[in-house]
Amino acid sequence: MADNRDEVEVVSDGIERAPVIQPGYTFATVTDKISSIVLTRPASLGWVVGFAAGFLVTQILLFALGYLFMRGVGIWGINVPIAWGFAIVNFVWWIGIGHAGTLISAILLLLRQSWRNSINRFAEAMTLFAVACAGIFPGVHTGRPWLDYWMFPYPNTMNYWPQFRSPLLWDVFAVSTYFTISLLFWFIGLIPDLATLRDRAENKYTRTIYGLLAMGWRGSARHWARYETAYLLLAGLATPLVLSVHTVVSFDFAVAIVPGWHTTIFPPYFVAGAIYSGFAMVLMLAIPIRKIYGLEDFITDRHLQNSAKVMLATGWIVAYGYAIEAFTGWYGGNRYDQTLLWNRLHGPYATLYYMLLICNIFIPQLLWIRKMRTNPVWLFMISLVILVGMWLERFVIIVISLSRDFLTSSWGMYYPTKWDWMIFFGTIGMFLMSMFLFVRILPMISIFEMRTLLPEAEVKPE
Amino acid sequence: MKLVPPYGLIAEFASAQDLVTAARHTHEAGYRRIDAYSPFPVEELADAIGFHKNNVPLVTLIGGIIGGLTGYGMQYWMAVINYPTNIGGRPLNSWPSFVIITFELTILFGGISAVFGMLALNGLPMPYHPVFNVPRFVLASKDRFFLMIFANDPKYDAAGTRQFLETLHARSISEVPG
Repeated sequence: MADNRDEVEVVSDGIERAPVIQPGYTFATVTDKISSIVLTRPASLGWVVGFAAGFLVTQILLFALGYLFMRGVGIWGINVPIAWGFAIVNFVWWIGIGHAGTLISAILLLLRQSWRNSINRFAEAMTLFAVACAGIFPGVHTGRPWLDYWMFPYPNTMNYWPQFRSPLLWDVFAVSTYFTISLLFWFIGLIPDLATLRDRAENKYTRTIYGLLAMGWRGSARHWARYETAYLLLAGLATPLVLSVHTVVSFDFAVAIVPGWHTTIFPPYFVAGAIYSGFAMVLMLAIPIRKIYGLEDFITDRHLQNSAKVMLATGWIVAYGYAIEAFTGWYGGNRYDQTLLWNRLHGPYATLYYMLLICNIFIPQLLWIRKMRTNPVWLFMISLVILVGMWLERFVIIVISLSRDFLTSSWGMYYPTKWDWMIFFGTIGMFLMSMFLFVRILPMISIFEMRTLLPEAEVKPE
Repeated sequence: MKLVPPYGLIAEFASAQDLVTAARHTHEAGYRRIDAYSPFPVEELADAIGFHKNNVPLVTLIGGIIGGLTGYGMQYWMAVINYPTNIGGRPLNSWPSFVIITFELTILFGGISAVFGMLALNGLPMPYHPVFNVPRFVLASKDRFFLMIFANDPKYDAAGTRQFLETLHARSISEVPG
């Protein structure tokens, strides 16, 4: 990555771009600035309040889950025909958000987008926490979560094996592989920085803990060479993986014959939607973090702009997906697909469909305006709107399709109960609590990768 | 007190460029048991100290192949041999639906092999290493660059090697206790 430096500070078309790191930094100041947040900065009142709020909301999650285990899924709003309610909506939403981390760390690494170096670490952490939140839902929606291990192929006295021809089982493998690989990617990225923290910690216990985690990393040239190879290979493996995860999630729907689900556009459109919401979450985290911890020199306007452009591009893929869904519904001539389209536009949940179009297609067009892309407040608001929109998209796909399928006699309505809402908000609390802990315990920006961005890291070839 | 032979000599440099130049000279001078330490990956450095045999790709490839075979083999054995279910006379070896789990396990095994293979080849975890006894070595994870000549190098002799390192314009040279 040493030659991975950005050379396009001023491009020839006369547009001056913000640098990926403000000038004037040295190896030492970069190291101090990032590591001091973890090592010396006292916890501020804002952090304590934020963490406490996340912690309290997590208790709501635990309470609601406890009651769920006691009473069963009947406390939710699900019914027949709508057996997939909030649980699956939230699962798909969270797992989609989790896509940005690996996209930023793996795909942008392979594409040599060095601006990723200052946002990959916390985007990866965000991915892990989002996937952890996502994992709760399929786990508990089975109704008897204590038997979830039946989904894995293990020799058992019942003499059966899982059904490998089911997309639901593919999902088990896809999501658990994704979590494992994301965790490994995040962890090996942390090793050199953990060594930095070990060497700089004043407190004996802190030093011991970071030392154990750093595993004795000493920055040897042989180690770096193997490390860089492993990191690149992992990026290469994670790239098809990240694209496959939401593809497999979309198979949960697309392989079924329910109108509105049974369509070939789902895999690409799900993946684009996942990246869309993932970048929105990255921005919603990056904007306050860089302000509070004074990291504007590392997470510059360039990062905000680039993320906004990614959202604009993936947003249009999503819009294309909506258009094709509507077009096939109309042009395909299948009466059930036509009914579904009518239901989206005029049915009982039509308001949500229009809100979805406003949130995901119309409002994000503000990002065409350069001033919007560089204004953190506006970007934050637009990202929030996109996250709401993406949640609505999953609700529209799942609930509208299930509520009215082939037989009029089996139509029904779905209304979430307070337990649905408590579990949903509870996972948001858990996510925030984890992020609050992360920024205090681990370096939220990759220190060693920031060093490679500095001009003094340059080595002239022989 | 028992006399322990030193582990080697370590020289400190101020920049990546200095370290790479020094490492090249050291390798050209015939030293082979050498190592260099930097706070971030310097691509030229591995070449400069004569490190070319990187087995991480091979380990990853083997891991990936084993993962793929495991993935398909597991599904084939479970769905075709051990627990066949005849659904409307459809073929038992329905390979298209086995592709995804085969793919996922290929990635999983390949990724695990890359990470743990890298750690194993690097000899990590190794919490203690003699080089940590050098007080200034804490800067190797911040902004300093170090070049080490191990005492078991055939060309090593305490006075001559120190003299050689001095010619490389090192900022400081210290002995690493064994």
